[in-house]
Amino acid sequence: MTSTTAGSAGRTNWRDLFARRPVLGPAAALVAAIVVFSLSTDTFASIPNFSLILQQTVVIATLALGQTLVILTAGIDLANGATLVLGTLLMTQLVTGGLNGVLALVVGLAGCVGVATLSGLLVTSLRLPPFIVTLGMLTIVTAVGALYSGGTTTSVPDGILRWMGTTRYLFGRYPFTVGMIVAGLLFLLVWIMLVKTAWGRHVYAVGDAPEAARLTGIAVNRVLLSVYALAGLIYGIGAWLALGRTPTADPNAYQTANLDSITAVVIGGTSLFGGRGSVWGTVVGALIVAVLRSGLTALGIDGNYQNLATGALVILAVAFDQATRRVKS
Amino acid sequence: MRFTPPRARRHVALLLVVGATVTGCTKVPTNGPLAESNGGGDGPIKVGLVTKTESNPFFVKLRDSARAQAKKQGGELIALSGKFDGDNDGQVAAIENLVQQGVKGILITPSNSGGVIGALKKAQEQGIVVIALDSETDPKDAVSATYATDNTAAGRVLGKYVKASMGKTSPQLVTMDLDPSSAVGKQRRSGFLAGMGLSAKSPAVIGAALTQGDQSKAQQQMENLLQRVGTKVNVVYNINEPAARGAYQALKDKGLTDKVTIGAIDGSCSGVKDVKSGKFAATVMQFPKTMAQQGVSAVIKYAKEGETPKGFVDTGAQLITDKPLPGMSSKDSAWGLKNCWG
Repeated sequence: MTSTTAGSAGRTNWRDLFARRPVLGPAAALVAAIVVFSLSTDTFASIPNFSLILQQTVVIATLALGQTLVILTAGIDLANGATLVLGTLLMTQLVTGGLNGVLALVVGLAGCVGVATLSGLLVTSLRLPPFIVTLGMLTIVTAVGALYSGGTTTSVPDGILRWMGTTRYLFGRYPFTVGMIVAGLLFLLVWIMLVKTAWGRHVYAVGDAPEAARLTGIAVNRVLLSVYALAGLIYGIGAWLALGRTPTADPNAYQTANLDSITAVVIGGTSLFGGRGSVWGTVVGALIVAVLRSGLTALGIDGNYQNLATGALVILAVAFDQATRRVKS
Repeated sequence: MRFTPPRARRHVALLLVVGATVTGCTKVPTNGPLAESNGGGDGPIKVGLVTKTESNPFFVKLRDSARAQAKKQGGELIALSGKFDGDNDGQVAAIENLVQQGVKGILITPSNSGGVIGALKKAQEQGIVVIALDSETDPKDAVSATYATDNTAAGRVLGKYVKASMGKTSPQLVTMDLDPSSAVGKQRRSGFLAGMGLSAKSPAVIGAALTQGDQSKAQQQMENLLQRVGTKVNVVYNINEPAARGAYQALKDKGLTDKVTIGAIDGSCSGVKDVKSGKFAATVMQFPKTMAQQGVSAVIKYAKEGETPKGFVDTGAQLITDKPLPGMSSKDSAWGLKNCWG
């Protein structure tokens, strides 16, 4: 992690590298954690366990992907977990009520897109801070979910809603789920959109300096709206992934998922001030949390201490990020 | 003060390295990265515990008692939990990680059994015995055995006591309930009504509120109910002691505590103190320590002798009151303070 080169020039190069590629810091921490846990326990380093860690990460990572887009525009979405839960309730109740599975999925996805787009509209048209808008939206969506479900949990019927949880075997012995592949492809797609398209450059520009972006002719409000709508679609896919992982639609589930997704984004080196960060950082951030949980369990460390470690890591990650970002005065 | 980045970065790196050294006790790995994990062979028998949350005093007592029992019998407890009541995703991850650690048995207080049944089934397929503590699963046979309070019986004993203590006065009852989806809430309430000799539709039930077992919510709900039903109320049933404390506070503000009989269920130490000070007429104690001890013993027995525990085991519900009535078995608050939890 530290530079071996003496003198300030060597150090500056390291700093520039971390500043240019914010994913490097968290990635190094992830690799270090994997190495430490693999060496210090018998049970951590195995393909089935790595597969498990990925399965445990998929839902939060997907929520964090949508959250990354919103945070890149200097916003924040506190309602993403509640939106996902509403999606699971819609999909499940509709199928239980006799609707075709594909149609139910479409309605569920549309519901999630609708909620997030509404947040985007309030942010752009009323000029309200995203924090306030999505805080209100969190309460509203939670209430809607509770009313719609009557506070009861519904078991997910077999069929397309459970498809994401189906386990397949690579070479007949290494387990993976359909959801892992779908989430991976989703990340790839969003990454391509962010780095290879004009839209992606606009997203970064709007987050970095909205006024400057407006002066260069970028339709700031339209970019913001598109970001919220896309985030909503991603939360909807997250809902489908969640049904595959825990086959119940429970109005009380995922209450802390909004903060968990922000944790993954922050550990991954994306700046809460907008305009800086990456999709892969978020993947790494989400994985670090799951690797810590799995590895500390392998060391026989209880849940409270695991939470302490995760909290400390958030602060460390941002401290590291700040340390590498300072512009030389 | 100006922050010098290179040095700061070195500090952070140093912290990471120190952290890694502290957590790692660098054993030589016996499994390559491609080896199927079997959770290690020898060493103490590992017992897993998955509670709904970390910090609820009931689960703290459950965890501490399970740890002590495991130690006594030469086992080792790994305790994990969800983040909040309803965190199915967190409980599933906990179950999976315990299976990965090679535990011989998993004790679980399921938040919502539907969400965790799939993960429990996978654990059972690996030859792990699964036991429910405190709450039953639905269906009941998703686990080998359940060690829990018979919540209907706990409600019934409270209902009987309250009815007897009121003598000839006709009850005007308000119930402080949990939430619409909770089985425990339904069982305690229907048990209480049966003990009182009332039906759910009886006109003696003049009000009901959903409190989520939370003191401040219960206080608000009772304040609102008192606005609606006036001062008729003379009995309050409570799903747990925090709800009872909230209800008591609202009644106290209206100066009604002298004419209202308050009964609760749980048996936490603060609840027993409220019985002692006369705020509550009675509470019914649960025994998390017994649940944990019996659960851990069953897992260790299964690991050593291959005997699987079976069925529902009632861990008991004890009426605690300082105003005993003839024909009803009860213990006083002094006994309660010796045996309470939290």
